[in-house]
Amino acid sequence: MSRRGLIVLTAVIAAVAAGGGVALLVNIVERKQEARNPFYRVVALTDDTDDPATWGKNFPLQYDGYRRTVDQVRTRFGGSEALPRTPTKADPRSIVGQSKLEEDPRLKTMWAGYAFAKDFREDRGHAYMLADQTYTERQIVVKQPGTCLNCHASTYAAYKKLGDGDIVKGFERMNQTPYAEARKLVTHPVACIDCHASDTMQLRVTRPAFIEGIRALKGLQGVKDYDVNSMATRQEMRAYVCGQCHVEYYFKGPEKRLVYPWAKGLRVDEILAYYDEQKFKDWTHADTGAPVLKAQHPEFELWSQGIHARSGVACADCHMPYKREGALKISDHHVRSPLLNVNRACQTCHKWPEDELKARVDTIQQRHFALRNRAMDALVALIADLKAVRAAGKMDAELEKARDFQRKAQFFLDFTEAENSTGFHAPQEAARILGESIDFSRRGQLAVRDPKAR
Amino acid sequence: MNLLAVEGVVVAAAIGLAAGVGGYTFVYANGASYLTNDPAACANCHVMRDYYAAWLKASHRAAASCNDCHTPPNLVPKYATKAANGFWHSFAFTTGRFPDPLRIKPHNREIADGACRICHQDITEAIDGPHPRGEKLSCVRCHATVGHLQ
Repeated sequence: MSRRGLIVLTAVIAAVAAGGGVALLVNIVERKQEARNPFYRVVALTDDTDDPATWGKNFPLQYDGYRRTVDQVRTRFGGSEALPRTPTKADPRSIVGQSKLEEDPRLKTMWAGYAFAKDFREDRGHAYMLADQTYTERQIVVKQPGTCLNCHASTYAAYKKLGDGDIVKGFERMNQTPYAEARKLVTHPVACIDCHASDTMQLRVTRPAFIEGIRALKGLQGVKDYDVNSMATRQEMRAYVCGQCHVEYYFKGPEKRLVYPWAKGLRVDEILAYYDEQKFKDWTHADTGAPVLKAQHPEFELWSQGIHARSGVACADCHMPYKREGALKISDHHVRSPLLNVNRACQTCHKWPEDELKARVDTIQQRHFALRNRAMDALVALIADLKAVRAAGKMDAELEKARDFQRKAQFFLDFTEAENSTGFHAPQEAARILGESIDFSRRGQLAVRDPKAR
Repeated sequence: MNLLAVEGVVVAAAIGLAAGVGGYTFVYANGASYLTNDPAACANCHVMRDYYAAWLKASHRAAASCNDCHTPPNLVPKYATKAANGFWHSFAFTTGRFPDPLRIKPHNREIADGACRICHQDITEAIDGPHPRGEKLSCVRCHATVGHLQ
C-alpha cells in the first residue's frame, strides 16, 4: 500500500473510532440520565382530586398502564371477548363481555329466582366496571341500592363529600341511596385515589367495609383495634387494597350496609357459619324454596388459603408486577391476568420456561374445571329432586334438611365459581370446597328420600 | 511544509481526537472502577441496581463480593471472564436488547456453581462424590437466595 493510502486508511479508522466513541459517550450520558428518576410535578393533587387523568399528568407511566385495562383478551378460563351488540336507549354499550349463563345454563338453575339468572357476563377490565354495572339487566329486574357503587366506582371523593369529610358517614349515606340516584354522585371507575394517598402516593385503604372486615378478622387472631392504614406492612397493603373489593360480601339489614363476613374467619365454612348465625339469605330459591346465598368474587379469601399468600406474595406481585421503564422500576398498572404477562408475573420467582409455567397453570385449572362440572351436576340433580317432591306436595318441614344441604352445596360451589382464578389461587382448598359441595348435594338427595338420613 | 507532512498532521489530529474522546468516555463511565473488586462498580449501570441491593440483603454479602462468585479464581480466567462479560453486558445495555427479568447464561452459572465449591469444598465434595462422573449438580438451583435475596 502506498504511503498516501496508508495515511487515508488510518484517518478513516481514527474517524470511525472517534465517531463510535462519541456515540457511546452519548449513550452512557442517556443511561446515567435515566438513572436519575426525574419526577415532574406538573399539577397539585389534593385529597379531593378524583379524576385519574389529573393524577396521570404527574405519573404518566402508571396512568398509561391504567388506561390499558380497556384491553379485552381471552385466556382459557378467564378474560373476556369483545362481543358487539346493538346499542339501545337503555343500554348504550356497543361491546359487552360474553354471557356466562349461555355458556353454562346450569347456572340459571342454581340462581333460579335471583337477578343473576337474568344477566351474568364474563367480567371485563377495570375500565368497564362502572358502565357494566350501570347497564346490566340486573338493574332492571331488581332495584339495587347505592351500596353497589362501593366497588364499581371511584367513591372516595364522593364519600367524603356526602359525609362532610367523614368517609364512613358518606359510605352509610350512599348505601341508603337508591342506585340510580347514587350513580349521579360518581364519575369514574376505580381510580388512583381509591388506593393511593394524594400527598405521599402511599397505598391506603379507603373502603369502610374492608377496614371493618379486617378489624374483625384480626380481632379473631388476637389483634385488638386493628387499624389497617397504620398497622399493615407495605407488602400486606399490596394485597389489602385489592381486597377492598375482590371479596365476598353482603348487604346487612334495611340500611344496606356493606359487610365483609369475616368475623369467624376467611374460609368458606367460616363464612357460611357466620351467615347461618346471622340467619342471612340472599333469596329464596324459586324451584325449591331453599334459603340460599350468592357468593361474590372471593379472590382475597381464596388467595389467603393458598401457597402464594403463605409465601408472602401479594396480589400486585402477579397482577401488577414490577416492570422497568428506563431505570425506573414501577408496578404495572395494567391490571390483568398473569397468564398474559408470564415473564414479569411468574418468571421473576419461577425460573422455568414460559410454556412450562403455563402448562402448570393449565393443569390446575383443567382439573378444577372438571371437578366444578361434577359439583354443578350434583347440585342440579339435588335441585331437580327437591323440585319434584315439592311439586308432589311434600310439606316444607320435611324438606328443611335437604334445603339446608342445597344452601351449603350451592354456597360452596358458587364460592369457587364466582372466584376468578378457576381454582389457581389455592388449588387444594378449591378442590376441598368442591369435594364438600358434591358431598352436600348427594347427602341432600338422600335427605329428600329420607329426612332421617344422615 | 510538503503535502505529506500536512496529511501527517491531519492523521495525528484524528488519532488524537479518537484517543481523547475514548479516554474521556472511559473516565466519564468510571471505566477504571471495573478493574477493582468493589461490588458497587457492578451497579454503575442502573440495570444492576436491584441485583446489587438484593446482594446487600443476602447472607453472602459479608463473605463474597460479585467477583468471588461470578469470576473464576485465577488471574487470566478472571480477567478474560470480566472482559467477555463486560463487553456483552455493555453491548446489551447500550442496544437495549436483553430479556427482563435478566437470566444468567449457562457458562456464567457454571462459574457461580464452581465458586460455591471453592469455599464450601468439604461439603460439596461429600455431595458431589457419590454422584456419577459427568452428572453436574447445581448448588444455586436449591440455594437460590444465598447470593441475592429477592
